[in-house]
Amino acid sequence: MFKTIANLKIGEKAFIEKLCLDNIPLKLLEMGCLPGIEVQLIQKAPMQDPLYIKVNGSHLAIRIETAEKITLVK
Amino acid sequence: MSNDNVVKVALIGNPNTGKTSLFNQLTGLKQKVGNYPGITVEKKQGFCKLSETVKAEVTDLPGTYSINPTSMDETLVLETLLNEKSEAFPDVIVVVVDIENIKRNLLLFTQLKDLKIPTILVINMIDQMKRKGINIDIEKLEKSLKTKIVLASARKKIGVDLLKEAILDYKSVDTTPVGKISEKIDKEYFANLKNAFKEFPLYKSWLLITQQNEFDFLSDEQKKLVLKFRENLECIKRYQHKETIFRYQIINEVLNESFHIDASKATDLRGILDRVLTHKIFGYLIFAAILLFIFQGIFDWATYPMDIIDNAFASLSSFVKTVMPPGSFTNLIAEGIIPGIGGVIIFIPQIAILFTFISILEETGYMSRVVFLMDKIMRKFGMSGKSVIPLISGTACAIPAIMASRNISSWKERLITILVVPFTTCSARLPVYAILIALIIPDKRIFGFLNLQGLTMMAMYLLGFTAAITSSILLHHLLKIKSKSLFVIEMPNYKIPSLKNIIYEVVEKTKAFVFGAGKIILALSVVLWFLASNGPSSFKNAEETVTEMPENKNINSAELQKKIASYKLENSYIGYMGKTIEPVIKPMGYDWKIGIALISSFAAREVFVGALATIYNVDSDDENTGTIKERMAAEINPDTGKKRFDFPTGISLLLFYAFAMQCIGTLAIVKRETNSWVWPLLQLVGMGILAYVSAVIAFNIFS
Repeated sequence: MFKTIANLKIGEKAFIEKLCLDNIPLKLLEMGCLPGIEVQLIQKAPMQDPLYIKVNGSHLAIRIETAEKITLVK
Repeated sequence: MSNDNVVKVALIGNPNTGKTSLFNQLTGLKQKVGNYPGITVEKKQGFCKLSETVKAEVTDLPGTYSINPTSMDETLVLETLLNEKSEAFPDVIVVVVDIENIKRNLLLFTQLKDLKIPTILVINMIDQMKRKGINIDIEKLEKSLKTKIVLASARKKIGVDLLKEAILDYKSVDTTPVGKISEKIDKEYFANLKNAFKEFPLYKSWLLITQQNEFDFLSDEQKKLVLKFRENLECIKRYQHKETIFRYQIINEVLNESFHIDASKATDLRGILDRVLTHKIFGYLIFAAILLFIFQGIFDWATYPMDIIDNAFASLSSFVKTVMPPGSFTNLIAEGIIPGIGGVIIFIPQIAILFTFISILEETGYMSRVVFLMDKIMRKFGMSGKSVIPLISGTACAIPAIMASRNISSWKERLITILVVPFTTCSARLPVYAILIALIIPDKRIFGFLNLQGLTMMAMYLLGFTAAITSSILLHHLLKIKSKSLFVIEMPNYKIPSLKNIIYEVVEKTKAFVFGAGKIILALSVVLWFLASNGPSSFKNAEETVTEMPENKNINSAELQKKIASYKLENSYIGYMGKTIEPVIKPMGYDWKIGIALISSFAAREVFVGALATIYNVDSDDENTGTIKERMAAEINPDTGKKRFDFPTGISLLLFYAFAMQCIGTLAIVKRETNSWVWPLLQLVGMGILAYVSAVIAFNIFS
């Protein structure tokens, strides 16, 4: 089982291993979400989706479907 | 190249970098907002003096995170910068970055720099430096980024003069790219690309082939070449990803040397506010409270200036009638143009109040939290968290609301938002509801404090909202549009809103409404006036015909005038139109007079009351709803002998106005925003059928 951003607990940090490039919007990379970069889950929206993350100095909200495609280093 | 005395400046930057503040500081009130040819994105331009002889023409381009566009606004940035022949093609680019998010902001900078247009870097919000523990080595940074850097704080007016000097001296700015990215990705591929388009900078050619849009400024031969390169889509996508990764590598190297941040200085105000504002209970409660407050503003405070405007235009009309010689020109002005303009101006208070609130919410950074809170819920209806803003704006007017949907990047979500917004109860429906409710609902209280009429008004709001939600669910399942979700939003830092920015924003949005929708409403009220005050021969002989009627022999002249007016209306063009549609509207319980009001209000709903006022020949000078109401209440239906505006007809009318798409302005804007007649026609027909069917059913149930 791969660990993805969607599996993070609130406040937990981890390094991005790989982004499933075919399904990830280029925009997300451009916002700083890159392999080898540390990501932190800051908060989940009330219905567990979208996720509020901090990555590369940016604070972003992404939907779970996107978060599931970003695997993390265990 | 352009005139030597005018330097064309393009202001570019990520959203939330204070770019607009800087624009306002540079140009002051010397701004103009126009539209780019063919599209509705607003073009904000302003002028500023650089020296005694040279001035700058500054274009404020929409905020974007990258040159690769994901929405209509962002596409514009790309197109402006690729087309050298475009009117707004800059001599110099000014990239504004926020010191706190400098890393991400520099991505856009390195992209722009590769276009080989002189590019100046403005590092904004430097007043935050100390507080945030930031240390920056400007000389080193200038050297490694090969650019001119200006430190600024637009809100504190720091650095604006230095920027002007730098712009004046733009020819000395180095135009070499920051790093050799293409060689790192695939040397051979990019050598080929360079050969294919020898006349362009390499990065420009790369952008041409990575986008899906068609570029009109290319020659046919170039277009063919572009298409050929685009065939290998997967390779392009892979290289785009690589490009971004390499760019960040370069940026990280550069910043490691010249930028330091002391993390211990960071305060966690943001974290605390976020926890409260996006809390699963408090988050929604706070949002609901804010909404309530906004509605209070739109529907309570706005009534005072609206009454003043209403009265002012009514007295202006009668004033014109008294001072100008009687005739059809005077009538055109007094009965066509002045009420037409008044009908537009009257919405300004509500629109201005609404946009004041919305721009405060956006400036503070709260709006992103609302999008975050609402996204999951809105997605169930096929929309996005970003649809909340258009849906709120729709309660004032659908036109700016539809324009506010531009930043929704998924086409399907944006389309559904555009299609359902006209169901929300816009302010033009208010006067119609008000008079109908006053006619058919008793002014009673239940449980001692709930006013029955007020409750009905609230029910009408809920009805509009329910219709919007229900139709969005339907559209969500019916529309088979595959559009990739690109939902990535920035959660900006909380800021205290700048008064200047809010005022500019409100003035601009209000102006856009007045001149956009205003033209249509004004033109149509003139047409209506013409149709109501002209007619075939029976209309021209109205005076004689009425005077010679035996029952009119013994009435006073005022009474007679009213009878003439009423006879004229019946025999005017619009009267004939009303009679023509009578068979169609009969099942809803309407006669030809209501038919006239329906036709008149097809262009804009609020015309309904005015049209009825004319039809029931109330002296329109004293604009007193009471008297219109009394006339309407006294009107008898000759078929049944009962009141014309009885409960079944009233309910039927309320439903009709709640659902029907009676707004030319909205249809026009939907056409422009969706670039097709299909969607406005779908709204017109779909909403029309819903309105008709529900009105017929309601009329028959209650009769």
